[in-house]
Amino acid sequence: MSAYVLRRLTQSVFILLGVTLVTFVLLFALPADPARMIAGRSATVETVTRIRAELGLDQPLFVQYGRYLGRLAHGDLGRSYAQKVEVGELLRSRLAATFWLMLGGIFFELLIGLPAGMLAAVGRRGRVDRSVMIGAFLGVSAPQFVVGLLLLYVLAYKWPVFPLGGYGSLAHLILPAVTLGIAGGGWYARMMRSAMLDVIHQDYVRTARAKGASETRVVVKHALRNALLPVVSMIGLDFGTFMGGVVIVESVFSWPGIGQLAWQAIQIVDIPVIMGVVLVSAMAILFGNLIADLVYPLLDPKIRYG
Amino acid sequence: MAEPEHPREVRQLRSRWLILVMVLALLAPLVAPTWGQGRATMIVTFKDDVSTLDPAIGYDWQNWSIIKSISDGLMDYEPATTTLTPHLAESYTVSADGRTYTFKLRRGVRFHNGREVVAADVKYTLERVLNPKTQSPGAGFFGGIKGAAAFSEGKAKEVTGIRVGDKYTVSITLDKPNAAFLHTMALNFSHVVPKEEVAKLGADFGHKPVGTGAFRVKEWVLGQRLVLERNPSYFLRGRPYLDQIVFQVGVEPNVAFLRLQRGEVDILGDGIPSADFVKVMGNSKLNKLVAVGDQLQTGYITINTQVEPLNDVRIRRALNMAIDKSRIVRLINNRATPANQVLPPLMPGYDKDYQGYPFDREQAKKLLAEAGYPSGFRTTLYANNTDPNPRIAQAIQQDLAAIGVRVDLKTLAQSTVIEAGGTKGGAPLLWSGGMAWIADYPDPNNFYWPILSCAALAPGTWNWSWYCNRDVEKLVEQADAMVQPTQAAARAAKFREIYRKVMDDAPWIPIFNERRYTMHSARMGGLPGLFVDPIHIPVHYDEVRILGR
Repeated sequence: MSAYVLRRLTQSVFILLGVTLVTFVLLFALPADPARMIAGRSATVETVTRIRAELGLDQPLFVQYGRYLGRLAHGDLGRSYAQKVEVGELLRSRLAATFWLMLGGIFFELLIGLPAGMLAAVGRRGRVDRSVMIGAFLGVSAPQFVVGLLLLYVLAYKWPVFPLGGYGSLAHLILPAVTLGIAGGGWYARMMRSAMLDVIHQDYVRTARAKGASETRVVVKHALRNALLPVVSMIGLDFGTFMGGVVIVESVFSWPGIGQLAWQAIQIVDIPVIMGVVLVSAMAILFGNLIADLVYPLLDPKIRYG
Repeated sequence: MAEPEHPREVRQLRSRWLILVMVLALLAPLVAPTWGQGRATMIVTFKDDVSTLDPAIGYDWQNWSIIKSISDGLMDYEPATTTLTPHLAESYTVSADGRTYTFKLRRGVRFHNGREVVAADVKYTLERVLNPKTQSPGAGFFGGIKGAAAFSEGKAKEVTGIRVGDKYTVSITLDKPNAAFLHTMALNFSHVVPKEEVAKLGADFGHKPVGTGAFRVKEWVLGQRLVLERNPSYFLRGRPYLDQIVFQVGVEPNVAFLRLQRGEVDILGDGIPSADFVKVMGNSKLNKLVAVGDQLQTGYITINTQVEPLNDVRIRRALNMAIDKSRIVRLINNRATPANQVLPPLMPGYDKDYQGYPFDREQAKKLLAEAGYPSGFRTTLYANNTDPNPRIAQAIQQDLAAIGVRVDLKTLAQSTVIEAGGTKGGAPLLWSGGMAWIADYPDPNNFYWPILSCAALAPGTWNWSWYCNRDVEKLVEQADAMVQPTQAAARAAKFREIYRKVMDDAPWIPIFNERRYTMHSARMGGLPGLFVDPIHIPVHYDEVRILGR
């Protein structure tokens, strides 16, 4: 087991290196010059040239990348071009908010998605199934910008139950988390439904029924546990994507997450910040997948890592 | 290491203290809110983070005005106007040849750290901006100071043109006269900073700035808020009126608008959301909260004068006649007035008698035919991809199609558009909207040197028309040599002549001059002009006040 984890972590290092290389090359190929963005409208050619040299942007790609890796090895992510603050500090300032939103989002996804999917599966082809599937379809396809603003308008402006955006307490978290939950819950409902349907025709479920177990017991105890496997890997993925920032929901709710940081950095080609955000998201995705894989054996003893 | 044994009394004393501290801690929340209540706190919202507050570096419309409240320059503007006035300087004199300015500093002005401002600080500040290590985007403004080039290139240890006389006297000598020089002494880049703090904080100075300004940084939570508090020893008596300004960042303009109506926000930093604009202006209660004014802005299309067939002036004039500007203004809910020349109405040198090119499609087609393109041609227009710019670009496309000019639209990210404009032959036509543009200072030469001059005819500058007329350049140099206050009227007349000549060459299609609409809460007070101050966006932080305080 620990050998497996070690192997996965070693792989992760190489994946991360690959991610930094690809991002670096892409940013380098971008038809935009950060030095010009910093220098602004009135800068003379000399000013732009000097800024470019100070940032090391006049060096060839491999030299720049080498320098970047050298600093990275010392834990130095560089300084933001726009804010002049260390990227590490910028990321740290956003991490807690990102984490809470991730947690809240996944919570509501599961809270909405799992029961809905189970109900749909149990009442397959019936009215419940159809309404759940239509609901899931709407949830998945409704733009988060619209859902978020609607929730804000109704539950924070018209009837001020929740604060009008911002960060700092549980009350602030609920609406953005529900917005994420409505979108993600649709996916989970559909997935849960098909996973349940797969399982419900298995022999062991039939056996359980034949033994005279109640329907609730059959569904919850026998079917659900096995249907949860794909859900777990989905949570692992969501962990990664949410930790990488959810730009739209963060913007609508003034949530100081990593997505907002990334969005602003992209607008002004703030390369060190973009690199930092990409690195954090990649790490989160790798970590999320690893955790999901480690949870599998707990749910299904047949799965074992050597 | 072992804990030292304490006698029993000490331990008892300690636990009593502990209890007292705990009781106080429990009481604190009951008391704390009232500390802030008697204070005048203004809340401003922004969508984007506030970037660096280092006066030498900050150069976007958002941090520009915040920096003005934290630090000061030798010169400044009278609130709500474009009138220059001595600021950290008490007075100044100009030599007869117009090349040397001598400033007498106010005495007793102190930095936020308590140290008095002296003449050497002015020299240090300007040399810091000119030092390539600082990466200041403003270095170019001071390149005309004698010895600046040698210093920037590392050939000299100091800028010889900046001389410290006595403790309160500094004189600056230029290579050649520059009538806009005093404006550059009001730019943020020349705002005086204390050497010892810059040395101590290094790259973090932009995050913990120390100046002489009306406010100082109290708290800065990255990605959430920046809090400025009143500088009790600010040198202008009675200023600022506010005790505190809280900039909340990351707030979507739509949400900020709702919060303002609920009384949670005082100023919409990003303006009124365009979807709500008509509703606000049509609502008799809401439109009372909107201050309206002009700004030093012109929205224009650059025509690349070096690209076929746009290098033919007849074609450029034809394009000027093809655009229905009033329709474009309607597209943005009349938040602007149609423009016919380079300078905006607020700028000295604006020519109110100039008629510009008429909107005349027949005449435009005739010019195209004369130039050998009776059935038009195909070209490309670059534009920023943020609303309303794609809509404006489409309107331009339709207007040009009506005279047979087929336009391919490239609506792209701001940085890509800027890059295309600064590349030789990169952008045949470019719509300037959404480029985060503000005038640096209210002098007509600010519209010439960076964006229309031969001096800026190089890759990477903002002369996107790739325009250069040596005769015009000579005239601007002559105008810039008219530095004496008595020559102001003659200089403005000269600029009217200059920009008529520029319009004859038609490197631009001026489209409109945007107006400012600042929405504020009902409790905000002060002259309406302070909320649309031509120098301060969104408002003049030092001068506005909260009513009833």
